[in-house]
Amino acid sequence: MSDHEHSEHDEQPEPDTSSADQEAAERGEEPPEPQATDAEADVPADDEQPEEASATADDDHAIADETQGGEGADEEAPIAPDPDAVTITVNGRAFAAHQGELVINAAERAGEYIPRFCYHPRMSSVGMCRQCLVEIDTGRGPAIQPSCMITVAPDMAVITDSHTVERAQEGVLELLLANHPLDCPVCDKGGECPLQDQTMSHGPGESRYVEQKRHYEKPIPISDHVLLDRERCILCDRCTRFADEVAGDKLIHFIDRGNNTEVATFPDEPFASYFSGNTVQICPVGALTAKPYRFKARPWDLEQADSTCTTCSVGCRVSVHSSRDQLLRYQGVDTGLDTDSVNLGWMCDRGRFNFEAVESELRLADPQIRGEAGLATSPWTSALSIVEQLLRDASTVALLGGARSTNEGAFAWAKLADALGIEHRDAQLGDGLPAGVLDLPRATIDDAVNASTVILLGPDLKEELPVLYLRLREAAVGGGTKLVEFSTQETGLTRYAWKSVRHAPGMGATEVARTLADPAMAEQLASGKVVIVAGRGNLAASEETALAALQAARAAVPEATVLPALRRGNVVGALQLGLAPADAAHDATATLQACADGKVDVLVLLGADPLNDCPDADLARRGLAGARRIISIDTHPSESTQQADVVLPAAAFAEQSGTTTNLEGRVTDVAHKVTAHGTSRPDWMIATELAARLGHDLGFASIAEVTAAIVADVPGYATAFDGGFATGAVPALPDVSNHEQIPSGYDFRLVVSRKLYDRAVNTVMSPSIAKLNIGAGARVHSLDLPRVGVDDGTDVKLISAKGSVVLPLIADDTVQRGTIWAPFNMAGADVTDLVDAAASVTDVRIERLT
Amino acid sequence: MSAQGSYPWAAGYYDDGDRPQIVTSRFKYEDSHTIERYHATGGYEGLKKALSMRPEEVHDEVRKSTLLGRGGAGFPAGVKWGFTPQGVWPRYLVVNGDESEPGTYKDRLLMELDPHQLIEGCLIACYAAGLSQCFLYIRGEMAVAHERVAKALDDAYAHGYIGRNILGTDFSVDIVLHWGAGAYVVGEETALIESLEGERGMPRLKPPYFPAAIGLYGKPTIVNNVETLSNLPFIALNGSAAYTAIGTETSPGTRMIAVSGHVERPGVFEIVNGSTTFRDLIYGDEFSQGMREGRELKTFVPGGGSAPWFLPDQLDIPFEGREASSAGSMLGSGAVMVMDDTTDIPAAALTLVKFYAHESCGKCVPCREGGTWLYRIVERIVAGNGTDADLATILEVGESICPGDMPHAASARLGLDAVPFPYKMTTICFVGPSAYVPIHSAMTLFPEEFEAIVTKREVRTTIPVTAVPVGGA
Amino acid sequence: MSRLNDQNVALAKEIIARYPKKKSALIPLVHLSQQQNGYVTEAAMKHVAELIDVTPAEVYGTATFYEMFRFEPTGKYLINICGTMSCALMGGHDLMHHAEHKLGVKAGSTTDDGLITLQHAECQAACTEAPTLQVNYRHRFRVTPAEFDELVDDLRAGKLDGEIPPHGTLGRNRQHIPADRAVGAVPPEQVDGAPAWVTIKEEGS
Repeated sequence: MSDHEHSEHDEQPEPDTSSADQEAAERGEEPPEPQATDAEADVPADDEQPEEASATADDDHAIADETQGGEGADEEAPIAPDPDAVTITVNGRAFAAHQGELVINAAERAGEYIPRFCYHPRMSSVGMCRQCLVEIDTGRGPAIQPSCMITVAPDMAVITDSHTVERAQEGVLELLLANHPLDCPVCDKGGECPLQDQTMSHGPGESRYVEQKRHYEKPIPISDHVLLDRERCILCDRCTRFADEVAGDKLIHFIDRGNNTEVATFPDEPFASYFSGNTVQICPVGALTAKPYRFKARPWDLEQADSTCTTCSVGCRVSVHSSRDQLLRYQGVDTGLDTDSVNLGWMCDRGRFNFEAVESELRLADPQIRGEAGLATSPWTSALSIVEQLLRDASTVALLGGARSTNEGAFAWAKLADALGIEHRDAQLGDGLPAGVLDLPRATIDDAVNASTVILLGPDLKEELPVLYLRLREAAVGGGTKLVEFSTQETGLTRYAWKSVRHAPGMGATEVARTLADPAMAEQLASGKVVIVAGRGNLAASEETALAALQAARAAVPEATVLPALRRGNVVGALQLGLAPADAAHDATATLQACADGKVDVLVLLGADPLNDCPDADLARRGLAGARRIISIDTHPSESTQQADVVLPAAAFAEQSGTTTNLEGRVTDVAHKVTAHGTSRPDWMIATELAARLGHDLGFASIAEVTAAIVADVPGYATAFDGGFATGAVPALPDVSNHEQIPSGYDFRLVVSRKLYDRAVNTVMSPSIAKLNIGAGARVHSLDLPRVGVDDGTDVKLISAKGSVVLPLIADDTVQRGTIWAPFNMAGADVTDLVDAAASVTDVRIERLT
Repeated sequence: MSAQGSYPWAAGYYDDGDRPQIVTSRFKYEDSHTIERYHATGGYEGLKKALSMRPEEVHDEVRKSTLLGRGGAGFPAGVKWGFTPQGVWPRYLVVNGDESEPGTYKDRLLMELDPHQLIEGCLIACYAAGLSQCFLYIRGEMAVAHERVAKALDDAYAHGYIGRNILGTDFSVDIVLHWGAGAYVVGEETALIESLEGERGMPRLKPPYFPAAIGLYGKPTIVNNVETLSNLPFIALNGSAAYTAIGTETSPGTRMIAVSGHVERPGVFEIVNGSTTFRDLIYGDEFSQGMREGRELKTFVPGGGSAPWFLPDQLDIPFEGREASSAGSMLGSGAVMVMDDTTDIPAAALTLVKFYAHESCGKCVPCREGGTWLYRIVERIVAGNGTDADLATILEVGESICPGDMPHAASARLGLDAVPFPYKMTTICFVGPSAYVPIHSAMTLFPEEFEAIVTKREVRTTIPVTAVPVGGA
Repeated sequence: MSRLNDQNVALAKEIIARYPKKKSALIPLVHLSQQQNGYVTEAAMKHVAELIDVTPAEVYGTATFYEMFRFEPTGKYLINICGTMSCALMGGHDLMHHAEHKLGVKAGSTTDDGLITLQHAECQAACTEAPTLQVNYRHRFRVTPAEFDELVDDLRAGKLDGEIPPHGTLGRNRQHIPADRAVGAVPPEQVDGAPAWVTIKEEGS
């Protein structure tokens, strides 16, 4: 790797094209696979090789059909003509374009790929690189125009193959290459580089540039993950536009002017965006590279498979890339402009870079059995025999977890739980909402971003469901959606909200009812569709308080649909497929209490780590201590696996195939890309084998059979695998009476909520993002510091009815006065020691230590 | 040397001929910039006249005057005002005072010497076109213009000409003085708007960003040049007929022209539009009085640095847009730069290539990369290190910026016919092509000078212009 | 102390209030900071960002686009000598060579005493008066080498203090819109109809 670093500095004094030729020759026998997911999701591979005409032939046929349909050919099979179609010609052939469609997209659909660098279908056009110049004739003769800036008009003639166009495109490419270094052989992008590819397909044969090229210091870090090589940069404005338009984090910008223009951050203010990795993916050259991937592989050595990110419940479409059976990166996938795309190709950095956790050396490789000297490695047969025996002998078994699993894993475990008569089961850990929230009239993300009003109840989406945050932000900034936010402190969406209302922790319902009854608000709510995003914004207030706010919102807007903002990867699938508690008496909190009371013989933790993830730390500790035996099925060691009597290693993301259900109820594939670590096995397989040993036939013996069983067994999933939205058998939502307690005014009321980078196992086990954990602390408004009588950053003692903890007190004016905000699950002292799962809110006294 | 404060009023300005004056009539007074002088010479009477008419009537009068924009494109102002979409409010006026085209200055004089005339013009435009706020964007490097316009604005506010209920009517408008900070490209109207929004001054693409429809803050915006607006008090007060009585039908009125370079009397003149010829301007006694020291005219740039060059063959072309373009160039911003027979043509061209390469905003690749590339090649040629391949490369890089036929003047000496203006371009604005225009003109009209230094490697005895580096490149 | 001082913050707020959108005040406020500090500092850019509610990177991105903003300490007097065509034809480059010799620094640098910074400049809109230069953006016309020397001597002797304020001061006076006359800036999205004089005249017709 250091060789690479070094040789990047050594410019090769050769003409530009020789390296490209060399590059092509090197990969000659093995052309890269179609990169539907690479930086150029918008560049289908067959377009990069226009001479391969098979796809084009099909397109021609389709075009002919559409045109005939448009002309009303009655005897033909009826292809519904698009009433909004705009007929244009592309190189003389008629084509039915969409109303308002850009020429660059219409031409592509018509089979003529126009080269481009700055244009990106999910961002505004800037017409900057001039690569997509074509001739457009609207009746006044052909004029050279950038096809990314012009929308189709009736009878427009688009010419992409004239000498003028070819000369213009070649000219732009030659100019782009003028200052571009010749370091393709050591560039990460080489092999999947739009500049390289389009130089081959549309570029000049040679360069006449003999001047000294622009020189800059080789890659400089612009954030924790992203490095910028300004020599390679072609100033297409994609990364900077992304930061501005999509992420809303305007921390990178063009600086200077003309030929000296460069992309830069403000001095000492890095591009600390949760979405920085997207800039690497959309960079059309090798200017931006991601640290975790740099020099790890060449694109033509990568294998890839489409999958779904399960880091949170948004379910971003991704592509998993590996080489030599090792995961190397994830890329976002855009399913296309005409589709109801979940993530538009974007990802958050947590989802993007946590592939490192799968490859972690700390992964559980073999089963472990607790002996006198603690946990010791054992063969599967012995471990399974012991588990079998424990389950046989137990009169009461409890099962927590499953949200980490695939649908198939969760379903198999649910079937096993049914067979064993397990009543205590919950895929959440007292940190979400009752499963009944999934049975409310459901909204999709698309519904939300097209709604006239979105009511936000619950967590800071930027921290918990980052890509949902991106979608809603875009809707609020660029679309007509008005956000009405109820929260206990400022959130990522606050500055984009039409109305943002603060309420005391646990007091949401009253505030929601009052605010939504306001006449101006009622008028807004009546103006169009309303979507409620409902989740748990405060882990130090009970789920009833969150539910009461939801109830109040639904009472005010009965026709509103609900998008559940539950966070865990496949929490929706797990709850819908049988891992939801039948009632509150069997949910995670009740289960841990039962364990603590000595009423549970065997506690099965299916990818669950209550010691870290349960908001009531004391309850979790007592629960795990009180359970007679603990069986943990997990991917990585955790505090909870350390308490287990038997640990079974589970296959992780990308190590097993299956499906997952996102917060919309959308069921998508997760791909099996690399061999499972050590001897680890998929959850469904472990469940099936245990069932067999215990004498139950779950009815399936392969992943395909599990999927088939889900379709057969769960009515709500009958069409879900074919693009429908899943529903599931979940218990109805309880009616909540008012749990609100007015703050005393003497104490501070506590808010505990998640930050994106917490101690979740996939984050902690990924070195690139683990370091971004901000650490534990208690944050109060700066005006509240004098009340406590300490300076910013001083350690103080926080005391609740439940317990006490020492944390630094930090001034933070995004926090409401009279409240404390503490991030959940951080390195350092554990704020959840203060939380009582049985209490509706947590009031805290702050004491100075001296 | 003379300091700016010690103009013989308006250093460089001459009105010693017997010519009609529309916009420079007060330049002869030392206190021409004060409100007292303005009042004493008919100031704000045009505004009062306009306010006695309905806005549409004032607009009609301007339309009938065929007042052509003086920023370079020469589009009729009254027509431009009519492009605002129906029913979309607010609408803004942005005054383009970012004059920086090489060879050009007239707006600076108008701002320094008669700021109230400009202010009155702004008010008339706002009234006629329903523009509710005006931003007067002055090039940053014009400190004296800032001081004088600021003072004039304060005085005009104090006298009730600007602000709420102007002169007791329901016409209310603010005029805000805005400082530029040094960027030639901001003279392009969409870049000017970007700059006024606090952004980097990079031009927007038209379509869709025609300022009259989508301008400042996305709202309809009229961008008018300082000289254009300075004509309005005259038109409002005297009517369009008085205006069109001067000049020709297609180019009425007067315009200000700066003649610089190797002439006996370089200066800024208010000339009769349409009929005055370049010969009048360069050789006429009331204008520049011929070449300095009796030397021969070699070539001249007829319309600011971005215009293709003319030869003595073209001297009899008048200041009329269509005649200039069919002869292969443009009138542009009203600036004539004259070179005599001592001029080293490649070196002279280099100064302009360098200018436009330096002033590229960096948005369009052909300009950002092509301009600097051209500059490097020409610089090497001028330094005596050029090759024949360099000459071919210049044309190839130029083709990437301006595809197809490149306009140039006819040359009887070389047996060349004219190629009419304009060129095609692969860039958003004209800065990129402007880096190619001068070197293309120079190579086309004076091929022997390039041959001499590139092929024959002749040693030159005089280099009146020498190369200096593009900043940072 | 390179954030804006209290007096300039007040001025900044007055300037911001003139624009329908705050970001339009970016360039004027960076000028203001340069007037205060002689050049544009990082702390000042951060402060401007706070005042107009944008990120420091946005201020930095815009400010670096424009040549008048200098990001390092600059002489009290900035001398810009024009080298574009008309001035070049009349000896502008010779004047620059002379200036470099006289000041003992290359173009782009500042004299040892920190008083004068010398720079190349492009067209200064005084082409008939070539060769020209500007001292802190105030012109000098048809400058001969001897006159250049005299100018430098006068600057060093402080003889021009009354005419030429220190670098960064754009104008010795500024526009002040009187509150009782101001119409006031309205965010464009809050304007929902034609201005009064247009409406009334239309109704009257």
